[in-house]
Amino acid sequence: MESTKSTPALSQDGFWSRLRSGFSRVPVIGWLAGGLCAVMVEYFLGDALSYYLGLPKIPVLFGFVTMLKKPLLIPSSAAYVILVYIVPLAAVGLLSAGPANRLAAFLHRRALWLSAIIHLVLLYIIIHVWSDISDYRLLLLKLTMIAIMLTLSINVINGYMGEFSCSHPGFMALGAYSASALTLILFTNDKLFGPALLPPALGPYFFPLALIFGGLVAALGALVVAIPSFRTRGDYLAIISLAFMFIVKSVIENLEFVGGPRGMSSQPNWSDLPTVFAWTVMCIWVINNFVRSTMGKALNAVRDNEMAADAMTVDTRKTKIVTFMFGAFWAGVAGGLFAHVLRYVNPGTFGIQKLAEILAMVYFGGLNSVVGSVVGAVSINLLSEMLRPLELFKWIVIPLLLILVMIYRPTGLIAFREFDVRKILRPKQ
Amino acid sequence: MPLLQVRNMTHYFGGLRAVHNFNLVIEPGEIKGLIGPNGAGKTTIFNLITGIHTPTEGQIELEGRSLIGLRPHEVASRGLGRTFQNMLLWRHMNVLDHVKMAQYSRLGYGLLDAFFGTPRLQREEQRVTDEAMRLLELFDVAKYAGQLVGNLPYGAQRRVEMARAMATKPKILFLDEPTAGMTPEELVQMIGIIRQVHRDFGVAIFLIEHRLKFVMELCQSIQTLVFGEVIAEGPPEEIQNNPKVVEAYLGKEDIT
Repeated sequence: MESTKSTPALSQDGFWSRLRSGFSRVPVIGWLAGGLCAVMVEYFLGDALSYYLGLPKIPVLFGFVTMLKKPLLIPSSAAYVILVYIVPLAAVGLLSAGPANRLAAFLHRRALWLSAIIHLVLLYIIIHVWSDISDYRLLLLKLTMIAIMLTLSINVINGYMGEFSCSHPGFMALGAYSASALTLILFTNDKLFGPALLPPALGPYFFPLALIFGGLVAALGALVVAIPSFRTRGDYLAIISLAFMFIVKSVIENLEFVGGPRGMSSQPNWSDLPTVFAWTVMCIWVINNFVRSTMGKALNAVRDNEMAADAMTVDTRKTKIVTFMFGAFWAGVAGGLFAHVLRYVNPGTFGIQKLAEILAMVYFGGLNSVVGSVVGAVSINLLSEMLRPLELFKWIVIPLLLILVMIYRPTGLIAFREFDVRKILRPKQ
Repeated sequence: MPLLQVRNMTHYFGGLRAVHNFNLVIEPGEIKGLIGPNGAGKTTIFNLITGIHTPTEGQIELEGRSLIGLRPHEVASRGLGRTFQNMLLWRHMNVLDHVKMAQYSRLGYGLLDAFFGTPRLQREEQRVTDEAMRLLELFDVAKYAGQLVGNLPYGAQRRVEMARAMATKPKILFLDEPTAGMTPEELVQMIGIIRQVHRDFGVAIFLIEHRLKFVMELCQSIQTLVFGEVIAEGPPEEIQNNPKVVEAYLGKEDIT
């Protein structure tokens, strides 16, 4: 940022450098205000604008899909994106920088939780309004947030503790099936488990417990990988964890009472946007708390040198068990949410394809970093949706991108960085 | 009662006898040395006492309590700190976190506190940080607190490792070749640091060393290990002139 300081001598690029230094002064809350304006503009004017621009309907994903499908509409899609997103975001961000900074400074002096909640509420309103435009956006948002939870939880094992674990789809399956079984048995009349045992009206209140139950079952399953990890590391443990994933998949396939290969369906529709959002925030918060504490940094000690960790009084076995169970717990919760978003699960979902997705997200985003996981999950998810019209070529573009990241940033985009909420929300002036 | 007592410790790796009938008594505040040529089993003895391997036979007692069967972190929490021949610092962790980490067994909070960032966690983290900073200042590496260990000069890394070992609050400190790879200048500094640790913390020290000069300078008593067996034991002057020791290091005098 220092390099862009404008001086009178450089007046011809003064506009751009002033713009850039202006942007660097916008605090997070200013960007959120801008984002709110952008989605409001789209909410109220989106239909009219897309009509005048000759677009068939509001472009669902920043115009990418429209652009790739119908190249002739590139100019109007670009115009739409600029008018609806970029202009309001930049204008409100820049113009409100002053008051936003004063507000940020005010919040900075208050308790962190208050400031965090205000930011989160703003963020939630933004995504809520944005997703109100189409069901497709809503589904994509939910799946993206679930992907964030999965990526973050595998980062605890693969990044923070440095064990290459491949069992995440297995943990996810355990969570998805246990949570679904619970909600189906207790609150739903369905063909697998028969009539509901409890009044369905109670269900939504009970849903968090079902998710936690799913998480706990996944955590128990994680013991199968955690216990061998006392004696083996690296490649061998990776194979064990891979085996675990396949075991879970084939066990479910062969259990008739959970539907076998046909899967389980008609889960109640309780994974709505606020629920998924709240769980994702919770997941990020808890995992970030843990990895920043000295107890959580024991994971790094075990990764960087286990013998030294032991000699420095770190209980390495406890650390490994906790890490695997903790990571699996969140994968299980994510699985439970996933099952209730799609309202259908089958064992085929939790195979090698899912594993590849999760691994791509975590290694793309960056190991040992909460922000990295969020960035990785969001970008890979959005990218794979945006590039959908490319069909087959999508699976050439995304892997190529991964290769490029691995060449230029071998540990991922944003690796080994601490996520300090207070620092991020602070005023920029 | 001696601080550490090892009696008739023998260890086999498969059929190979690595250590034979090893005895050791360390009194509080004593500095003892263990010398011997390469492959004599010095590091194995360290690993046996610190719980990395369990000896095939023999007893190890710290303050009268047996250490046999305890896991390394339990041995360390009982008050047996150590450093390593090649330091084994944590590559991706900063200096401050190294010294905080070594206080793991004394963290006064549980997993749930760590998950939810309770006030108790914050209080404890503050305490641990203060303690760590105090140690870093004592070892003159406080200015590196926020840096990754890999960016530090070699001598400073050694001091960080010493600070880390002292953060476990040891009653007895095991030093595995503390001067490995050091220049003569750094060696003099190291002698200073070890004397400082001995004086300020009042710990007993047991060290393995290659450089005889260094051991002679520091230790009150020295054991010489050859092929897993102690061939000589006594004060430095005696060891220096012991024909068996000279033979082990330089070979036999009468070459035919």
